[in-house]
Amino acid sequence: MTGPGTTRGRRAGLAGAIRSEWTKLRSVRSTRWSVAAMSAISVGLMSVIAWAVVRNWDDLEPRDRAALAGQPLDLILARPVSIAQIVVAVLGVMVMSAEYTTGMIRSTLQAQPRRLTVLTAKALVFGVFMLTVGETLSFLACLVGRPVIDQHIPVRLDDPGVLRALVGAGLYLAVLGLFSLAAGAVVRHTAGAITAVLGLMLVLSELTALLPGSWGRRVDAWMPTNAGQLILAASPGTDAVLGPWQGMAVFAGWTALLLGVAAVLFTRRDA
Amino acid sequence: MIQATELTKRYRDRVAVDRLSFTVQPGRVTGFLGPNGAGKSTTMRLVLGLDAPTSGTVAVNGRPFARSAYPMREVGALLDAKAVHGGRTVYHHLLCLAQTNDIPRRRVHEVLDSVGLGDVAGKRAHGLSLGMGQRLGIAAALLGDPGVLMFDEPINGLDPEGIRWIRDLMRRLATEGRTVFVSSHVMAEMQNTADHLLVIGRGRLIADCSMTAFIDRHCRTVVRVRTPFPADFAALVTGAGGAATRDGDGTLSVTGLPMARIGDLACRHRVPLHELSTIRASLEQAFMELTKDTVEYHASDPTEVSGGLR
Repeated sequence: MTGPGTTRGRRAGLAGAIRSEWTKLRSVRSTRWSVAAMSAISVGLMSVIAWAVVRNWDDLEPRDRAALAGQPLDLILARPVSIAQIVVAVLGVMVMSAEYTTGMIRSTLQAQPRRLTVLTAKALVFGVFMLTVGETLSFLACLVGRPVIDQHIPVRLDDPGVLRALVGAGLYLAVLGLFSLAAGAVVRHTAGAITAVLGLMLVLSELTALLPGSWGRRVDAWMPTNAGQLILAASPGTDAVLGPWQGMAVFAGWTALLLGVAAVLFTRRDA
Repeated sequence: MIQATELTKRYRDRVAVDRLSFTVQPGRVTGFLGPNGAGKSTTMRLVLGLDAPTSGTVAVNGRPFARSAYPMREVGALLDAKAVHGGRTVYHHLLCLAQTNDIPRRRVHEVLDSVGLGDVAGKRAHGLSLGMGQRLGIAAALLGDPGVLMFDEPINGLDPEGIRWIRDLMRRLATEGRTVFVSSHVMAEMQNTADHLLVIGRGRLIADCSMTAFIDRHCRTVVRVRTPFPADFAALVTGAGGAATRDGDGTLSVTGLPMARIGDLACRHRVPLHELSTIRASLEQAFMELTKDTVEYHASDPTEVSGGLR
């Protein structure tokens, strides 16, 4: 057997870990299938729904028509994202939890026992991947959806807040991916972590809307995904507690906090 | 070289490894023996830093494994063949490990060919047989061409050909001057492979010696004698300072006298002998004797059970 050949650096570090994580991400079928399914459903199905809504425009209540016209991106951006985010959450969780459920983590940490390097590489690779997918999806959804609703709800890129919402949608999906990845690192079981993230996103964040009074409104606005989703609307509501970018900052803050907890647990726990 | 000093690991209420100190030297195969649950796997996990020790230290080539510049070039380990994402191909599994240590792609192909998995490189790992999975784990261990190799129960579930392949591999790696540390709970597996033995029970070190020293120290030699006059000859043996016990089939088991003395004795007293042979108490027996107090779960002795019915 001959030697392993020339070395690029003097120490196994972040660059190699990033290459490795990218290989891991692209070499399992679930990544490709999830992204394909996510794009097909969020762009394809949502266009059909938008088309159906617009076709029955004249039968809609005037109140609904006003609501749709007031939030022109709701049909073609917020709804596709609300579907896509479920897939992103599952993928994010699995980046970490699949390492544990398959036993791969033991191989991973043998190759690179500096655990912070492993976690950093995972977060960077998945974050950038999700940002690319998210931005593509967001602009694709708008590109496909705009002509469909144009007749009744015209949307232009230079309308106030539209470009911000489109860029923000990709960013939201990327941050959500990292939030889920961190949850996967903390919980380590696929089902448990997915339940936790989806429970927070779809159940708990809805329940907080029922809290009474101004502090209730504040709690509701500061919930991680509620805050993050503020960026999806072209114009913020008149009584909004947080602005779109403030909301994104709050969501990013929660994510950084959870990643911090994940880093502490990941470096200290037995694998 | 692997060096453990007062290594201890406690899981909640159970002490898995108890103040273990040992050195595993390069250039030979060191067998790591102990009954199931003795702490062998835990010790190996501690070497790799997968688990953190409760106290004590363990170093690979003089420093903690996690501080190695290129970890895969220091240690290659097969802890269990299931440390693989089944949805990934054999090639991609090895590639993603190689990339972490800046190991070039051609090395992946090289290793795949050397373990005989070249033809299934594109196959997903969940489709591999047990033996092939084991080979994939060994391929991963060899990727970095490391000086230290650890194998945890590598023979488990392999067919005879696979067993011979792993034995030859371990012998070859040791002759190349590498440190080879291999665990087993079956002594017989080690008999033809290991040069040195570390025996543990309940997390504690029981023996640390060469294979030959272990045999000399723990395996009594018994001489079997078959003669038409067993009672008379037994008396002669006792007179000469030996001890003889009569076995069921009319033979005598003699201890305390070398075979030549027994033959001379028979000749001098004109006792006809039909058999004179040495029986060495097996290594397995010696190992079981040595560890019997430390076995985690005792199976009830079948003779005791039937004895109660008689």
